[in-house]
Amino acid sequence: MAAPTTPPPAQLPPALADAVRDDASLRRFLHGLPGVDQVGVEQRAAGLGTRSIKKASKMWAIDTAISMVDLTTLEGADTPGKVRSLAAKARRPDPDHPDVPRVAAVCVYPDMVGTAVEELRGTDIDIASVATAFPSGRSSLKVKLEDTAYAVDAGATEIDMVIDRGAFLSGRYGQVFDEIAQVKHACGDAHLKVILETGELATYDNVRRASWLALLAGGDFIKTSTGKVSPAATLPVTHVMLQAVRDWHTQTGELRGVKPAGGIRTTKDAIKYLVAVHEVAGPQWLTPTLFRFGASTLLNDLLMQRRTQLAGHYSGPDYVTVD
Amino acid sequence: MWEYAPAPESRDIANLKPNYRMFVDGQFVEGSGEPLKTVNPGTEEVLAEVSTAAPADVDKAVKAARRAYDRVWGRMPGSERAKYIFRIARLIQERSRELAVLESLDNGKPIKESRDVDVPTAAAHFFYHAGWADKLAYAGHGPDPRPLGVVGQVIPWNFPLLMAAWKIAPALATGNTVVLKPAETTPLTALVLAEIIQQADLPPGVVNILAGAGDVGAAVVSHPDVDKVAFTGSTDVGKTIQRQLAGTGRRLTLELGGKAANIVFDDAPLDQAVEGIVNGIFFNQGHVCCAGSRLLVQESVAEELLEKLHVRVSTLRVGDPLDKNTDVGAINSREQLTKIQELVESGDAEGAQRWTSACPLPDKGFYFAPTVFSNVSQAMRIAREEIFGPVLSVLTFRTPDEAVAKANNTPYGLSAGIWTEKGSRILWAAQKMRAGVVWANTFNRFDPTAPFGGYQESGFGREGGRTGLEAYLDV
Repeated sequence: MAAPTTPPPAQLPPALADAVRDDASLRRFLHGLPGVDQVGVEQRAAGLGTRSIKKASKMWAIDTAISMVDLTTLEGADTPGKVRSLAAKARRPDPDHPDVPRVAAVCVYPDMVGTAVEELRGTDIDIASVATAFPSGRSSLKVKLEDTAYAVDAGATEIDMVIDRGAFLSGRYGQVFDEIAQVKHACGDAHLKVILETGELATYDNVRRASWLALLAGGDFIKTSTGKVSPAATLPVTHVMLQAVRDWHTQTGELRGVKPAGGIRTTKDAIKYLVAVHEVAGPQWLTPTLFRFGASTLLNDLLMQRRTQLAGHYSGPDYVTVD
Repeated sequence: MWEYAPAPESRDIANLKPNYRMFVDGQFVEGSGEPLKTVNPGTEEVLAEVSTAAPADVDKAVKAARRAYDRVWGRMPGSERAKYIFRIARLIQERSRELAVLESLDNGKPIKESRDVDVPTAAAHFFYHAGWADKLAYAGHGPDPRPLGVVGQVIPWNFPLLMAAWKIAPALATGNTVVLKPAETTPLTALVLAEIIQQADLPPGVVNILAGAGDVGAAVVSHPDVDKVAFTGSTDVGKTIQRQLAGTGRRLTLELGGKAANIVFDDAPLDQAVEGIVNGIFFNQGHVCCAGSRLLVQESVAEELLEKLHVRVSTLRVGDPLDKNTDVGAINSREQLTKIQELVESGDAEGAQRWTSACPLPDKGFYFAPTVFSNVSQAMRIAREEIFGPVLSVLTFRTPDEAVAKANNTPYGLSAGIWTEKGSRILWAAQKMRAGVVWANTFNRFDPTAPFGGYQESGFGREGGRTGLEAYLDV
């Protein structure tokens, strides 16, 4: 790797410290990871998807899922007004039910961070900003670092960066590693989520390699997708990433998080993801500090289902606020 | 902590009746044997009373089957037979929930397996064989293959409905008539299948289903007017049947025990290998003749794999078979539970290292926590004998040749699993394996198009696929 300007992110055990010594070591390490069998992982994901979550366990799941939502708006058409109403929704997801947990974060473009900060002052809701030439990641490292610094200076407490998929797919792992490590440095105290854009990586083997690359480079979270590429988050991809953070924990003792984003719209889907977190990574990952949903429409479905659980009947979309 | 709330399937769906009767010559009739009581292994409560056959009833059933063969079924055009078999398949689908719940009640297997595997695969067998009924001349068994006549079939308790389908569907498609005896502890779904057969308007006597214990089975297979015998069950009983039929000229296929090896090479997709190992031995509580009961893992990845395996097995949910979230249900009978316990104790005594999942077990019913033995050597009983329960024996190997040698070092030879990302190694190992079914990077996958059967003490003859038709044809 071209003389990393930042020190290795953490005290790694010797085997992993070796992996990041230079470009060749990193390639050897990533290509030495056990493969992922496509049929097997998809079968396992489908099998776990049949879990039947009812009554109290469903209520718990809904509240937990709400507390894990990164409420997101990432449109060219975003305005301060749009971000303000999103922030209001984040603070009080369901005005009729003040006991509904608040969401984990709002997620916006860097130029909207200032507005979000103002609106969320006094709450402990995090402000996440995408950065590094989101969503394509096609710019110079200099621009990406400045993009990050811009968001952090504006008050972002979490940065969702994208990896350079072009570099990854052409095998320049060292370059991807350095970018992540330097963005991590630029984040300061802000948490770093590394978006792998698994829809462009195409194979589960690549997802596993990119996950380990991001973890080695210091990402606090690994995130599936930008939401701008189809397919976005899928259950089997999330399984592979959950296995990666679990293996990371086994080897280093550190807990890192996972964030599926894009395409998760219903409570039913969200619960399938929580079951995967519970049974693939482990119960200790069932917290917003280690698992997030990147979503916009999911929150309202969670709220409708929550009302259904409480009232015993379905009320419909007009009873939750559209922001 | 997130506890899943109980999510039981309603037992009312099973339409459980207090009494079940035998099905002979198109009618449900009382047998003259001593009635048996079938028990829910999940709770130990009696489910229903089932009338059983006496030798005279067996004779009546065989006569009915002979009549049906001579007068109707044996001479019916294949395209007409197909209509009946398709109808049975559709009716199984229509009554799938009822059959699934009843199967879980009577057998103890988790509802998710009876619902997602047993019942759909049973329907698939009828659909598949219905398609063959009018195409037998093109099945590769000569230009004019003929049916054999009356077939006597005896099936085990581990997949009661599915085994009935495996047996009945090819027999009907090829133009034979059937006398079938389900296992003593699990007769109910086969008798509901008899209802379906009646509903499908199959001519009387084409299928006869007799409940009872081993003596009824013995009477069926040794009846002089039975032209062909198909048996699935233990190797001991299989040997007895083979001795009985020797020299009679009657045809026989046997599908018996197994002690399959699941071989994990160091370049395997480890997380999916763990899934495959779990599916191989804990599917259906390990009551699977082709279960991957011996894990052979390359020493260089043994420690890592075993650690992942323990973590994964700890997440298996053992309990109420009717709960939709149960992964491992009840052991089918007290007798089987005792046998498993005895073999596990032998593993302890012979010095294997035992690890048992800390999962909670229900107070009532027959349950056994998933167990993994490591440091197992080929000489131990747990490496040689079929346990037929949720108990895995882990052995290690150093080279591919050693893996193959150890895998084949068994009198059985039903199935094997190979886990490696290297395609050439899969082909090499599959060639060397003395087993009827070899799975690569998966395990316990069943499909009506794929022939199934064993080597050596696992039996002979194939079931399913084009090959499986031969067992029921005079070619």
